[in-house]
Amino acid sequence: MQQFPCPFCGLRDEREFHFAGEAGKPRPDTTQPISDADWAKYLFYCANAKGASHEVWVHTTCQEYFVMTRDTVTMAVLGTHALHEVPA
Amino acid sequence: MSGVRRDKGGLIDRSKPIRFTFDGRACQGFEADTVASALLAAGVRIFARSFKYHRPRGVWGAWSDDPNAVVDIALDGISFPNCQATTTTLTEGMAVRSINAWPSAQRDVKGVLDLAHRFLPAGFYYKMFMWPDWHLFEPMIRKMAGLGTLGQEVSDGFQSAVLHEHCEVLVIGAGPAGLTAAREAAQTGKSVLLVDDQAELGGSAYRIAGQAGWQAPDWVAEQLAAIRSHGGRILNRTTAIGVYDHQMLSLVTERGLGTAPVLRKVRADQVILATGAIDRPVTFENNDRPGILSLEAGTEYLNRYGVRPGSRIAILSNRPDATPYATQLSEAGALVTVVDAASAGLKALGRASVRGLIAGKDRFDCDTVLASAGLTPLIHLWRHAGGKLAWDEGRQTFVPSEGPDWMRVIGGASGTFALDAALDEATAAAIKAPVPARAPYAIAPLRPDLSSKGRQWIDFQHDVTVKDVALAHRENMVSVEHLKRYTTLGMAGDQGKTSNIAGLSAMAELKGQSIPDVGTTTFRPPFVPVPLEAYRSTRRDRQMQPLKRLALEPEHRALDAAFGEYGGWLRPAWYGTDTEQVAVRRECQTAREAAAIMDGSALGTIEVVGPDARAFVNFVYYNTMSTLKPGKIRYGFMLAESGLVFDDGVMACVDDTRFIISCSSSHADAVMAHLENWRQDSFDPSRVHIHDTTANWSTVTIAGPKAQTILKALGVLEDMADFPHMSLRFGTFAGEEARVARVSFTGDTSYEVSVRNTVVARLWRKALEVGAQHGGGPVGAEALTVLRAEKGYILVGKDTDGETMPHDLGFAAPRARKSAAFVGDRSLHTAKANEETRKQLVGLSVPDGAPKLPIGAHVVAEEGGTRRSLGYVTTSHDSPTLNRPIALALVEAGQQAMGNPVKIWHLGQSHTATIAPACAFDPEGVRIDA
Ligand SMILES: [Zn+2]
Repeated sequence: MQQFPCPFCGLRDEREFHFAGEAGKPRPDTTQPISDADWAKYLFYCANAKGASHEVWVHTTCQEYFVMTRDTVTMAVLGTHALHEVPA
Repeated sequence: MSGVRRDKGGLIDRSKPIRFTFDGRACQGFEADTVASALLAAGVRIFARSFKYHRPRGVWGAWSDDPNAVVDIALDGISFPNCQATTTTLTEGMAVRSINAWPSAQRDVKGVLDLAHRFLPAGFYYKMFMWPDWHLFEPMIRKMAGLGTLGQEVSDGFQSAVLHEHCEVLVIGAGPAGLTAAREAAQTGKSVLLVDDQAELGGSAYRIAGQAGWQAPDWVAEQLAAIRSHGGRILNRTTAIGVYDHQMLSLVTERGLGTAPVLRKVRADQVILATGAIDRPVTFENNDRPGILSLEAGTEYLNRYGVRPGSRIAILSNRPDATPYATQLSEAGALVTVVDAASAGLKALGRASVRGLIAGKDRFDCDTVLASAGLTPLIHLWRHAGGKLAWDEGRQTFVPSEGPDWMRVIGGASGTFALDAALDEATAAAIKAPVPARAPYAIAPLRPDLSSKGRQWIDFQHDVTVKDVALAHRENMVSVEHLKRYTTLGMAGDQGKTSNIAGLSAMAELKGQSIPDVGTTTFRPPFVPVPLEAYRSTRRDRQMQPLKRLALEPEHRALDAAFGEYGGWLRPAWYGTDTEQVAVRRECQTAREAAAIMDGSALGTIEVVGPDARAFVNFVYYNTMSTLKPGKIRYGFMLAESGLVFDDGVMACVDDTRFIISCSSSHADAVMAHLENWRQDSFDPSRVHIHDTTANWSTVTIAGPKAQTILKALGVLEDMADFPHMSLRFGTFAGEEARVARVSFTGDTSYEVSVRNTVVARLWRKALEVGAQHGGGPVGAEALTVLRAEKGYILVGKDTDGETMPHDLGFAAPRARKSAAFVGDRSLHTAKANEETRKQLVGLSVPDGAPKLPIGAHVVAEEGGTRRSLGYVTTSHDSPTLNRPIALALVEAGQQAMGNPVKIWHLGQSHTATIAPACAFDPEGVRIDA
């Protein structure tokens, strides 16, 4: 079982977290025309990076969403920061 | 002649005899025996029959690496299938039965299968039973070839616990290396946990041969005392079964047959693996005959259990260190011959038990063979942790190479078989000193003789021979993973602990490659079989999924309510002692003729507050919510970004900065998570907050023609004038704030009165008391689902499926007109969303006198003798109000087919129905303002 550092609560067991999606996928402005392909890309396509991957997770016990960078090969957690925070 | 118990030696307690039976025969062992050591001492040679050919099987190993001695054991009237005799502690009264053998292992009727072996080659099942259907053959094959038999008895209290622990240094294996590492680490002041799977610690210490002055029991006791005195913890009978992410290891502690083991999840800063090494079998003709044991096992039985495995013993090995073992055995009274395992033309003689060994031109008469083709380090946990292996030509096996910096492998597990070198390695690991260079060790390579006409066993438990590997090779199974699946090599209960290298060796010989070029298969947890109970532990029943309880539950109980679980809530299904049918009919009539008094507390209640609350709710709802005025309520849908209906319900506007969302009771947690996601992702989280207040409020719902009269009498609101449908008012009850929402889920005038939990019982009783004066009464969840179905009101997840969009439910306006962005908006305009054949919500009526339609029945089109599903029934009830069946369904282009007759198909039976509006009762909606 992995352990993730919630930026608000600290190191907790994986079972307290949910994956919410890949980071860096802003919602398109839906008041403007969007092609089917672009919408599908936003909805369904993931980079699925091998190695360092930026993801949004939620700590279900405090309900805060945050960004986690982790290595998808070694499972090492490289860092976490709050959703609207720009990491140093 | 076979195994004999010596009158001295070993760790058993000869003053404590233990009686048991084997295949009905009375036997006796001693305390600290395993089932296998006691059987061996009782002279038993055949422990079981093999899986496929029913060949007689003796014991090969003395611990968890044994593939053969699998038995069923009954204890205290409960039978436990597939126990490893070598690891099961002997207990008074055990009834041990051999598996795969009828009537017994000694006399097996199906042993005739062995004569038919040429018809049962590898891949036989795949080829033979593919046509017409494997399932026709499966019961017969399972019966012929299965392992032990599961009993019908339930073992009461077979319950486990999962413990979570942490330590600085975890040492796995309490042999000489592990004991030394744990002692050294404890002496540095670190928190040390030492685990070993045996009851009596020491590992290989008792069978170490040729080491001057070595007194195993004393040495082991000294180490244990030193570890304890420095604060180290020691767990015996505890197996490390797997290594998982982020340095977590699972340990399973045995507590004896019939008692569930304890699972420990341990996070360790540093792990030292001292799991030892096991003998590889020598691959030669008839090498599976009972009486052929591993060299380490033979000496383990002698030294740990005081059982000499035979009287005339041939040691068949290529190991350079075999001679001291021969000395040990002859000192114990056996006649010992050492035979070179590299000899050509090796063959075992005898059928039920080995009677001799042929090596080239020589013949050795013996009753026991102790074989070893070299030692294989037990590196399973190293591989779980991502450690790599390297082929060691001298040792003719794989040894650990690079790996995680928090794990070190020492002793036999790292290929260091000499005692002094293993102890040096242990000390270095404990103090994190550099790894000493691996001592040289060389044995002669052994490869199977492919020209031999006889059968040479590789996997004893699954009956895989060299010929099967050759067949797999001929049929182009080029990868070891293919070989494994095709022959089932290594897939038995022992998971290839003994057969792995032998299989690779045969494959290498066939391919003309080296073993490292052939590669290894993947090592996966668990290292030994574990009862599923150990994983389940306390995660069971209500501990897994606790019920949500209503504040009014005692009130419902006082009214003889029948309770049911609805979306995780324990709610009153109906009231009184009548049958469900009678009670539901009566409650529906009460609701339609007077008033239903209902507990509406389970409905999810989420507050949205803050300066951006209005923009937020407009974004998360499909319907336009930006125009909702204070004091007003609107019905709406929440969509997923895929455009699918996620939830429905009403929302009230308290003021410009406060909104109250009602969501499905079963869905409140999911809605909360969904809203939090959008709040934090797309809004300034300091300007809008959401709060689940479901548990803070209780709600009494009053619905029906008399609802207004009853509410007035409750005195919650001072002024009832100007309180139209879909609006919100605040009042007081018992001096506390009360919130009254005029909304309806029954189609009648209806009020939801919400108060603090502390006063709701008083409100409920008063509502019942006043209600009774007007013919009203309590109504449960079952009647409510009928009342809402009469009105065509949907339940999300019941009347919608994984394709339903809001326009399929008749709510098309926001899709066409809402200009602001909202969740799911773009998905409502794809080709799929615009298809004319989308399933739409409709009602179904049945011919006069016909019974109600089954839920899940399909609406079908019959074309050219075939049926195609157009949709299905989602809700179906006998309506007490209308005195006829009603149904809701999702049907392809159903709105265009209004009034059309349709065919219904369910479990081979045909019905007819007519497409009708979803709303079957009061379509004009006059009752809502009555
Ligand atoms: Zn947190």
